[in-house]
Amino acid sequence: MKARITVTLKNGVLDPQGKAIEHALSGLGFDGVGQVRQGKVFDIELTATDKAKAEADLKAMCDKLLANTVIENYAVEIA
Amino acid sequence: MKSAVVLLPGLNRDRDMIAALTKISGRAPATVWQTDTEIPDVDLIAIPGGFSFGDYLRCGAIAARMPVMRAVAEKAAKGVMVIGVCNGFQILVEAGLLPGALMRNSSLKFVCRQVKLEIANANTMFTRRYKPGQIIRSPVAHHDGNYFADAETLARLEGEGQVMFRYAEGTNPNGSINDIAGIVSEKGNVLGLMPHPENLIEAAHGGSDGRALFEGALGIAA
Repeated sequence: MKARITVTLKNGVLDPQGKAIEHALSGLGFDGVGQVRQGKVFDIELTATDKAKAEADLKAMCDKLLANTVIENYAVEIA
Repeated sequence: MKSAVVLLPGLNRDRDMIAALTKISGRAPATVWQTDTEIPDVDLIAIPGGFSFGDYLRCGAIAARMPVMRAVAEKAAKGVMVIGVCNGFQILVEAGLLPGALMRNSSLKFVCRQVKLEIANANTMFTRRYKPGQIIRSPVAHHDGNYFADAETLARLEGEGQVMFRYAEGTNPNGSINDIAGIVSEKGNVLGLMPHPENLIEAAHGGSDGRALFEGALGIAA
């Protein structure tokens, strides 16, 4: 089973890296670029076959390590 | 007074911390490794600066999940004093021993310079040798020192006097909210700060403004 976890900054948390990317895109001549927010993607292979258990495990992984829930949200997708 | 220093792969200020504690307390600190599950009986545990585990994932994130940090948390719960400097501060927030998070500097640049710090609360074990509002100098060297906490947490920190150090006189090097440079836990025994007081403890360092922090924590006469 393959899963993808997306970690993004919560609304209201400043993202200086996203801001720098936003400016760089404008500098390259891409007009009409609004706010850019940078995040992280984790592709995780699992040996589990039970989708519900896998989802619960993945959420626990996010809470315990992959995301800092003080500043980040996460989303879990199972392929 | 006895102290211990936590060692983790990728830290690079551990020798500075050991040298400072040895000079100030008159005895070498014990050292504990990442896999250690017990910490000897000490009065102060120090987590030095550096780049533990290459700062992979998030600064301090991997270190915070190592067995030694469970031992640190147990000691902290019993009231033992803990000080985390720079990466040590990042590790303490990742471990949940201090609130908030440390994010990339707003300039996106690594900053390595001397800043001025205001003693925001002189009524703690760590800051009792300073005067309230006193301005001291301290080196900083970090890429991720931009302290962030949600409005509710921030209000609590400010209301309870948990902000220990603030960047003074427009020297905020990282965009940290409310100019916060260092905070202490609710019980007052866990301190995290981005600046490096251990690097300003004797004339050879160009000053000794950081010395009083360790003297206060260790209960040593100035």
